[in-house]
Amino acid sequence: MSEEKVLTGPVKRHMGLRASRTLANTGIYVLLVIISIIWLIPFVCILLQSFRVESTWQVGYVVPQKWGLDNYRSLFNTDFPRWYLNTFIAALVTAALQTVIVLCMSYTLSRFRFKMRKPLMRFMLILGMFPGMLTMIILYRVLKDLGMTQANALPGLILVYVASSGMGYYVSKGFFDTLPKSLDEAARVDGATRFQVLKKIILPLSKPIVIYTILTAFMGPWGDFVFARYISFGASAGKNVAVGLYDWLSQDQINKSYTMFCAGGVLVAIPVTVLFMCLQKYYVEGVTGGAVKG
Amino acid sequence: MKTYSDLEFLKLTKGQKALYKLGRFFASIPQGIAHLFVKLWELIKSCGLAIGREAKDIVSTFIHGDWKTKLSFLVMGFGCLARGQILRGLLFLLFEVVFIGYMIIAGGYWLSMLPSLGKVGPTETYNEIFDTYVTTYNDNSFKILLYSVLTIFFIIAFIYTWRVNVKQNKTAEQILRSGKKLKSGKEDLHSMVDDQFHKTLLALPLTGILIFTVMPIVFMVLVAFTNYDGAHDGYANNLFTWVGLQNFNTMLSWSSGGGAQSYAATFGEVLTWTLIWAFFATFTNYFLGMFVAMAINKKGISLKKVWRTILVLTIAIPQFISLLYVSKMFAKDGIFNGFLLNMGWIDQAIDFFGDASRPWLARVTVIIINIWIGIPYLMLITTGILMNIPADLYESARIDGANPWQQYTKITLPYMLFVTGPYLLTSFTGNMNNFNVIYLLTGGAPTNAAASSAAGSVGYTDLLITWLFKITTGAESKYYLASVVGILVFVVVALISLIVYNVLPSIKNEEDFQ
Repeated sequence: MSEEKVLTGPVKRHMGLRASRTLANTGIYVLLVIISIIWLIPFVCILLQSFRVESTWQVGYVVPQKWGLDNYRSLFNTDFPRWYLNTFIAALVTAALQTVIVLCMSYTLSRFRFKMRKPLMRFMLILGMFPGMLTMIILYRVLKDLGMTQANALPGLILVYVASSGMGYYVSKGFFDTLPKSLDEAARVDGATRFQVLKKIILPLSKPIVIYTILTAFMGPWGDFVFARYISFGASAGKNVAVGLYDWLSQDQINKSYTMFCAGGVLVAIPVTVLFMCLQKYYVEGVTGGAVKG
Repeated sequence: MKTYSDLEFLKLTKGQKALYKLGRFFASIPQGIAHLFVKLWELIKSCGLAIGREAKDIVSTFIHGDWKTKLSFLVMGFGCLARGQILRGLLFLLFEVVFIGYMIIAGGYWLSMLPSLGKVGPTETYNEIFDTYVTTYNDNSFKILLYSVLTIFFIIAFIYTWRVNVKQNKTAEQILRSGKKLKSGKEDLHSMVDDQFHKTLLALPLTGILIFTVMPIVFMVLVAFTNYDGAHDGYANNLFTWVGLQNFNTMLSWSSGGGAQSYAATFGEVLTWTLIWAFFATFTNYFLGMFVAMAINKKGISLKKVWRTILVLTIAIPQFISLLYVSKMFAKDGIFNGFLLNMGWIDQAIDFFGDASRPWLARVTVIIINIWIGIPYLMLITTGILMNIPADLYESARIDGANPWQQYTKITLPYMLFVTGPYLLTSFTGNMNNFNVIYLLTGGAPTNAAASSAAGSVGYTDLLITWLFKITTGAESKYYLASVVGILVFVVVALISLIVYNVLPSIKNEEDFQ
């Protein structure tokens, strides 16, 4: 009895605070677990259903009754390897070229002060307000005349991905803006040309943004659907994975290839996810910086 | 609207303050728009003045220049050649020769066809030897329009180069008069990696943008004034031609033909849903993402990295896989319905995306699924910014007795809104054009039967951008209509951006970061 009396005042309030904090934290843990489950469910489902053997269509349950690798095996009897290769090549080439273009653009706009700089940036901002899809119609016709559509869609697709990529300079420009200008000036005073400044001073410091740019450029083609669909125009050999797998879920195909879609999805997701997870740090830096700069 | 001074403002009660701020916001909109027009006028005025200045300079260069300069007006690069700048001179001369050659061989023809977009369509002639009809393709409207645009770009480039040529003569004369030497070809090449380095760096990216973005956009804007569609493809079927503002009239008129819904009504419906979607998609993600980030960041929560990694994982997996899969999960025979049926919570499968009598079911579902997609990004973005908020702000707030909610509304939220203001705007416009989420999830379904006859099979969850896609790929391929929709999308996005930019106080000076 007497002891309880001692626990009044600040001490008791402290205990109350701690209790309420524990309660709040428990609540947050419960919430985080629920969130994690919700966010992971679709991927677990895809994974499980890719091993389902007993039926190839949509079913109302998740865990397969019979397990096996049949879906993966049958992928190789379709055009899937071709689509996969298309996408992979597109991703590699795009990653290389787009990175060069984006870095040229953003470095120039961040470091140089020339007369047309502001108008140029404003112009590109306005240009970006046009829905890019609008250009698809003409690009398709032009690429068709050049023989780069349908079965030969791959070069055309890469061209489209790379050509306008200079417009996406915002994130890396934000990065270059944060590098102190005194570095450039010191080197210039020592007689370095602009090119030497870029090569010897800026590039070694830019590893995070270079990796970020490569990563996003590499991931882009894996998820592109609109242009790939339009340019391949139904020709199976020119499809990328997104278009090919989308068609497997169409009304007349879904019963035959639903589980194959799951297997294909897993195969697509694995390399991209592994790469992403390895370079996650750079991605986070880039995204965060980009949002602050706007 | 009455403007309070700072002191008067502080005296107001909480409710009055909020009302005041809201009032100020709306009161500032007309001002912002007026400001816009003033700026536009200033832009036009300064353009006019600049052209005047240029003309004056050209004339005075001609009058005061020596014979080399005068001849350069006709033969580009002559001045450079005569003064020993061989490389520059040759490049100028080459450009002029190519330009004149192109204009004579092709450019003139394309431009002369531009007003009519082709006169002779494909004709069928009977071939007696093979006993078949042979189609001869004649003019090609598509090519005429495309090459005309190219030619006009070329002419602009030529005029610009000519002007540079004139200007260089003037500077060369000045340099020589002051007794200095002109740059040699070697020095010119060297300056390409030094003081002219920015031009070298920008050459490739800007060429790409010019050819693959600017030109197509100019072309498509022009298409809005023609009747280019599947039946008038300008080559194999019929030529297409200029129709003036007719397409805009069609799109924006309320009169409907044959009992079908008018285009204007359809456009209004789709636009309304697009705006609602963009608003909710942006702000639900923003606040919930921030909430999740704060929950993970909270002191005393362990395994922070695990929670974050789980969410980031969903970014890594290509969106089309997750979107397509989720859309099938919510199908009538999908896993989600199966789960609900097994649990006995419903007796009949819910048709989330197919029920035209309940369009809002599909719409709300799409917004909720979009939360699932968007939260990881926002969690990432906000985590970094949240950590940047100085901890002592919270410290002092706690000492002053502020509860968590007060801390959130007084410190966290204002800070976040200030820093991410521009991001919210881009995110809003990005969501307006969020093709992937809508198209892969619902494909625009459920179909809006009333509006369908208007164009494509427009559905209740269709955004303007997916509608545009449907018009283009639809049976009739009404490209001109797609082009009109595209222009209207641009107008809407530009208006929203301009108003927000003019109203928001926190658009920061770019140089502040450096």
